[in-house]
Amino acid sequence: MRSARFSVFAAVALTACAQMGGSTSSGGGMAAKTAEGIPLGATGPHPVRALPDKPRFGQPVSESDLAAWNIDVRTTDGQGLPAGQGSVAEGQKVYAAKCVACHGADAKGGAVYGTMVGGVGSFTTNARVLTPGSMYPYAPILFDYIRRSMPMDRPQTLTANEVYAVSAYILNLNGLVPADAVMDAQSMPKVQMPNRNGFLMDDRPDAKAVRCMTDCK
Amino acid sequence: MRLPIPPTNQEPGRIIDETAYGSPSKYEAHVKRRRSDVLKNRQNLSDWSMTPLQHQPGIITPNGLIFERHHAGTPDIDPKTHRLVIHGMVKQPLEFTMDDIVRYPSVSRFHFHECSGNGLTDWLKPASMTVQQTHGLLSGVLWTGVPASTLLDEAGIDPKGKWVLFEGADASAHTRSIPLEKVLDDTLIVYAMNGEALRPENGYPVRVVIPGWEGNVSVKWLRRVKVADQPWHFRSETARYTDPMPDGKWRQFSMVMETKSVITSPSGGQQLKGPGFHEIRGLAWSGTGKIRAVDVSVDGGKTWREAMLEEPIMDKCLTRFKAAWNWDGTPATLMSRAVDSNGYVQPSVADLRKTRAIVGFVQHHNAIQPWTVSANGEVRNAIGQV
Repeated sequence: MRSARFSVFAAVALTACAQMGGSTSSGGGMAAKTAEGIPLGATGPHPVRALPDKPRFGQPVSESDLAAWNIDVRTTDGQGLPAGQGSVAEGQKVYAAKCVACHGADAKGGAVYGTMVGGVGSFTTNARVLTPGSMYPYAPILFDYIRRSMPMDRPQTLTANEVYAVSAYILNLNGLVPADAVMDAQSMPKVQMPNRNGFLMDDRPDAKAVRCMTDCK
Repeated sequence: MRLPIPPTNQEPGRIIDETAYGSPSKYEAHVKRRRSDVLKNRQNLSDWSMTPLQHQPGIITPNGLIFERHHAGTPDIDPKTHRLVIHGMVKQPLEFTMDDIVRYPSVSRFHFHECSGNGLTDWLKPASMTVQQTHGLLSGVLWTGVPASTLLDEAGIDPKGKWVLFEGADASAHTRSIPLEKVLDDTLIVYAMNGEALRPENGYPVRVVIPGWEGNVSVKWLRRVKVADQPWHFRSETARYTDPMPDGKWRQFSMVMETKSVITSPSGGQQLKGPGFHEIRGLAWSGTGKIRAVDVSVDGGKTWREAMLEEPIMDKCLTRFKAAWNWDGTPATLMSRAVDSNGYVQPSVADLRKTRAIVGFVQHHNAIQPWTVSANGEVRNAIGQV
């Protein structure tokens, strides 16, 4: 199937060259924003869209084939959180075995990383303390991040239960869930995070500098 | 005789090796990428190294000097076994081999690449000495790859799809949510840089390049692309890569790198060899268009004159500026100020402080960089001092 498509390849490449050469106007999209209002910066100047006669080399793959890769969690509502559960007490054991060496006792900071507790209320001071408790707007960020990136020396080796448990433990150390809490796909998105409304969407350009040439300031 | 025949005229040089990958002259051994040494991380897996801009002529950074930022080290990925998948809100999830990706109609484009954290150590007072330390999370690259839209169109984007996840095959599985508009506009799936395969530290064998946006959105070692109707709000776009704002708030999804310039010569740590002619040289760039003009000042911003821009001037790319300067030997303060194709004028730190909170680990620093020259020719970082 792939070789059958090869004959059209040369013609397609020529079309691509012509399109590239023909669209050298400057990017003028300063005002361009997404539907949500996020600034896009300049658009183009070589917008690259589908070719009219295009080669197709991708091989169909099923969602079940790539299940082990499909690890993202939509953290706003927990979509993508897997089955399983973990308690604060279980998380304390996982933490002692796999996390404490870098993050320190009670997640207060260790050899490699600073504190992961406290900081709530610090953002209006001149020493903002960024921790999962103070910074994360949604609790499932903990699950997503720990599963994909931690522990640093052996990421993507924890079971779902272990990730839920150590998430519960960190949330408890931050005073956000009680000591008997159990995290799972239902309970985790419901945890109220202090920084839930702490973010505003990019609204730049915000600076209005003047191009003064003489007698400036 | 003041000028004897050089020994290199009187004996043969080195022969051509049967095969080789060339290296710079041994006399250029001081030109090196350097790991962050102003802000020192306590480990070197999630760390960065910086480009020696003071030694870079032109607008292209050699591959061995392109800055690095990894979240969990550099993996060595075998292109024969590497796979890229596209799935989520698409008609047909697809899997690609590297051979597949290279076969598509290719595109090569020059763009600057800059880390959102470039300059974060130097907002209110000098912490860095050299321009490598203040601005070295910046490189200029010719990227080659296939438009992301080519592969996404083949999978068939669901009309409800609005956001695209890119995810790496490294030990951090770094990931970001990117608006579909940008992905379809000019985003590339890239396998080569500056005329050769990507270097391992820059994403070998395949990465995303999102032109003009902060470097970390251009996910390296790309293994997965997923389409959805909302952003994911990952740690990398909430707890990190967000900007402190007044009243304890944070600006999110601030991905465009705004218009900026810096004088690379004379720059911090250099020593002028006396009064007379000096060419002020620097780089300007913008994620919001092309560079229209660069102004330079030698009196700390009281008067400015327009520098000469060197062709080519390309969209979302490093642009060279130059200005002749006859130094009279008295103390001077050199600054550059870029203007982009939209008329946006590069701000000062004071301008940025009017709307942002400059506290802690602050990203997206595109303010004017002053360098002072003392009467003895010593050049120093003067951020916050002018």
